Amino acid sequence: MGEAVAILTIQILNTLLYCSVLFLIAAGLSLIFGVMRIVNMAHGSLYAVGAYVTAWLVGRGVALGAPLGWLFLLLPVGALSVALIGMVIEPLLLRPFYRRAEEYQLLVTFGLLQILEDLMRLIWGGTPLSADTLMDALPILHIGGFYYPAYNLLVIAIGAVAALTLWVVIYNTKFGVLLRATSQDRRMASALGLNVGLVYVLAFGIGCFMAGLGGAIVVPTQAAVLGMGIDALVIAFVVVVIGGLGSLKGALVGAVIVSIVRTAGIQFFPEFELAALYVIATLVLLVRPTGLFGTA
Amino acid sequence: MKASIIPLQDRSLLKPAVVSIAILFVLVLLPNFANTYQTQLVTYGLIAAIAAIGFNLLLGYTGLLSFGHSAYFGIGAYAVAFTVQNLGSHSMEFYILVGIPVVAIMSGLFGYICVRHTRIFFGILTLALSQVVYSLALKLYWVTGGSDGLRVPRPTLMLGLLSFSGAHGFEQFITSYYYYVLVIFVVAVSVMWVIVHSPFGKALQAIRDNEVRARFLGLRIRQFRWISFLLSGTFTGLAGILWVPLNGLTTPDVLYWTFSGEIVFTTLLGGFRNFTGPIVGGIVFTYLRTYAVATTEYWQLLLGVVLVTLVLLLPTGIVGALSRAAERLNERRR
Repeated sequence: MGEAVAILTIQILNTLLYCSVLFLIAAGLSLIFGVMRIVNMAHGSLYAVGAYVTAWLVGRGVALGAPLGWLFLLLPVGALSVALIGMVIEPLLLRPFYRRAEEYQLLVTFGLLQILEDLMRLIWGGTPLSADTLMDALPILHIGGFYYPAYNLLVIAIGAVAALTLWVVIYNTKFGVLLRATSQDRRMASALGLNVGLVYVLAFGIGCFMAGLGGAIVVPTQAAVLGMGIDALVIAFVVVVIGGLGSLKGALVGAVIVSIVRTAGIQFFPEFELAALYVIATLVLLVRPTGLFGTA
Repeated sequence: MKASIIPLQDRSLLKPAVVSIAILFVLVLLPNFANTYQTQLVTYGLIAAIAAIGFNLLLGYTGLLSFGHSAYFGIGAYAVAFTVQNLGSHSMEFYILVGIPVVAIMSGLFGYICVRHTRIFFGILTLALSQVVYSLALKLYWVTGGSDGLRVPRPTLMLGLLSFSGAHGFEQFITSYYYYVLVIFVVAVSVMWVIVHSPFGKALQAIRDNEVRARFLGLRIRQFRWISFLLSGTFTGLAGILWVPLNGLTTPDVLYWTFSGEIVFTTLLGGFRNFTGPIVGGIVFTYLRTYAVATTEYWQLLLGVVLVTLVLLLPTGIVGALSRAAERLNERRR
């Protein structure tokens, strides 16, 4: 009996772990769509960049003999570097496309995806980049006779804090008001004297920061590998389709649903786990094309 | 009034007819002066062109951007592989005979679901459905071979009259298969030309340009889109059927969504606002990709840069840019 409870606890923790990373990626994707009406196909790759940069920084830190506690500060640094990349990409590459047809927006971000994927291979090579020093730095917990790394709890906590912070920023600050105003009516916001260009850069930066943070906190639990961004993107698509493109609440609920299906799938129907996710996304699109919480 | 229209139409048809016959002439003679490798490459190019004209019926003529056309290409390829595995046949005609209905049924089924939406939701739906097929091909390894894929041996052509084994089997196969694909390519392009110039094709363009007006004219929009989807998927599936014996192997990679992206890229490279664009795109993309892969390990980076530059500077593609340049020349001459 005790064993069953322990297994259940671990499965719930795994679901939450997966959920917080997925939420970070999907919330960024959704935020960017909500403000700029652009579906960023390179979003998954930005998540992967976050993972690679963090793993590389941790590797350098260990080589230089930095104290373990300080290494944890590299997690936000990895996320910030992705935000900076995003703030360069938006005005340079995406801005010319807001007035153009959706096809071109999708294609330019697809091109960006190809460029980022190969740049990662160029810089960090084909071998996985690990940052498990961070995971080993924290103790291993005992849950009813099973071992569970405490680092996973940290990931869950960071995911929860990030969700809360984003919520507060969007719904309770002046910047959030500007963001929502731009999202609802770009022209009117611009006519009222709002610097729409700046809002776009910041919104894209925040979206990229979320993706980068997702990559940064996940990399100690697995490793940075090529193609992780492409896989993450389609799952993030499923999340935002279920929750509704452009909705923060939707990204959260979508991430919870996808994580539960995923954990249950790995346990009970491993062959159909991925297919089940896409089938659910398809069904939601058919019944409620705007997703559970979308308005677009 | 009517008399003045007809010669104009004749003249506008004459030029493309002459050009396409000239190109066809060169293509027929190609194996005489090109080596086996080049012939094989052009064959891949023709197959990519068939996939792209199929895709462009949806994008260029119906105004729907599918990000899941890898599904139909891959279903075509896997249909052939299953035929080899389970029915033990080696006849190319039999592959096509089995493959086309399978692809048509699957694209009809998926299309029925997808045409309920347009714009970005249509794109995501097609992507999600293609990912269902991909993940099944990857996970049901006892049927599909998983990530190793399934092998497809060299088939016999013309009801078994031409079979290829022995010392020069490969060279002979490439030359014969080139002509085989060329004939199917000509048939496919002609059929597509008839489709887009038929009343049905005109109706699709009307729906693309103004959905509301088309509905006022009494067109059943969803049904037209559905048939367009079915035809589009079937053409792309035909390309998959033709591709797999040449490649000798099919893996889940041709079902993954990035491959759909390549089909979109191909079409945009040539230009999706005209009929010949996807054909040019198919051949140019095949060469571009092959040489990018041969020259650098980071070919994807190169292709990405080309794609971004293309979208920024040449949104109408190669054919669109060329025809605009030709128009300007004509204006200056006047």
